[in-house]
Amino acid sequence: MRTFHDFDLVEEAVQDAFASAAATWPSGGVPPSPQAWIVTAAKRSAIDRLRRAATSRRHAACLEPLLAAAPGDSLLDDELRLILLCAHPSLSTEQQIALTLRFVGGLTVLEIARLFRARPATISQRLARAKTKIREATITMRLPEPDHWADRIDVALAVVYGIYNEGYLPTTGALVRSELTREGIRLARRLLKLAPQHNEARGLVALLLLIDARFAARVDGDGSLIPLPQQDRTRWDRQLITEGQGLLRQCLRHHRPGPYQLQAAIQAVHSDAATDADTDWTQILRLYDDLLTIHPAESARTARVVALSKVHGPAEGLDALDGLPEDHYVLAIRADLLTQLGRHAEALEALTRASAQTENTAERAHLEGKVAAVSPDG
Amino acid sequence: MPQYLLSNVTPSGRRLEPGQLQTVIADVTALTQQMQSEGVWVFAMPLTQPTSATVVRRGPSGVVLADGPFAETKEYVGGFTVIDVSDLDAALHWARLTSEATGLDVEVRPAMTFGG
Repeated sequence: MRTFHDFDLVEEAVQDAFASAAATWPSGGVPPSPQAWIVTAAKRSAIDRLRRAATSRRHAACLEPLLAAAPGDSLLDDELRLILLCAHPSLSTEQQIALTLRFVGGLTVLEIARLFRARPATISQRLARAKTKIREATITMRLPEPDHWADRIDVALAVVYGIYNEGYLPTTGALVRSELTREGIRLARRLLKLAPQHNEARGLVALLLLIDARFAARVDGDGSLIPLPQQDRTRWDRQLITEGQGLLRQCLRHHRPGPYQLQAAIQAVHSDAATDADTDWTQILRLYDDLLTIHPAESARTARVVALSKVHGPAEGLDALDGLPEDHYVLAIRADLLTQLGRHAEALEALTRASAQTENTAERAHLEGKVAAVSPDG
Repeated sequence: MPQYLLSNVTPSGRRLEPGQLQTVIADVTALTQQMQSEGVWVFAMPLTQPTSATVVRRGPSGVVLADGPFAETKEYVGGFTVIDVSDLDAALHWARLTSEATGLDVEVRPAMTFGG
């Protein structure tokens, strides 16, 4: 991949390689190093395509570095180059994130559209323009200069977080896509290895581990969603919690808090509580206040409302929801607070609207279950 | 190899003291020599102020000549360099050095290629 800056060519070559593998591996057996096989096959296919496609000087120039390729190319190195290419500063922030999600995370356009709260056509156009720019400006896969590592890593971190989130609560269909959450954690760990001095990279790994620790407790036997207050905490993965908290402690020593570190700290407070009732909501509220001063995102404001209502009561929580766009998350919280205040009819209305807004089947089932529980005659 | 235009983005009304101007000239000259010795320099030209421009305008009854510039803008191209380098990151490396030498923002535009 590092020898080509034309994404379409790479995609086609990789598809050829997989098709070839599908044709030959079942009878011939899986080769000892499947990934290396795929990469070699893809390179061969790309050369063939280039030879067939052009006689121009530009395409011939493409071939030379490939033919002179150093042996022993590390596949992991290629992957990091790809991540950092997608994070090139010459691309807009939105392009960087969309490209990485598409080509590193393998998300579909629909899944990316959901993360951006945008229309799929917008995302398709964005990807097309980004690819055009990469080609026209000749953006290649070389590693950034040491001075410029940090900015590139920040973008890559945002993307990895997006990938994990899509796996944690997918756009449509299944409750969780564990291949994405695993990929998110794997990429986060790779980035930390690449940039061990970057506190936010460490913070992100800590955050993802602490969230991931609850995986087993989050879904019950029927595939329904179990919210945090009702989770069986004995099913939390203590090893992941220990590791996450250890990484967080390392972060705290540097006194350079950032959004991922603060979110990890919030999750660590949850992880410390033996039961839901033991949760130190005051500390969580304080951490959200800190988070909002450096990262005033709507998602953080929304999550803070829960903590606020635990500390200061549901009425204050309702007030804090004002001005937030009414996605299903906000509506679900509103419904909860209304229920606590005995305003059942309004709670029912909010829940009904909430369940209509999510396409995640398990989430919708959960919300519809709540609707049934809150019904005026129920 | 791909070629890029590095444009020196100059704020309107920019004035340099003679001493500052001397420093910029010296730094730009040194950078030009560096670019040439590394084989990336194609061409460069400092430009006069927009007020010394003339515009050829296309009108309904043919071409009309007018006092320039074609648009009053907050910034204008004060000069440019064309370089021939391996990729955008190489171009950006020289653009950063150009920006340091001139004290100006630099826009990097790739040349259009045909038949690629």
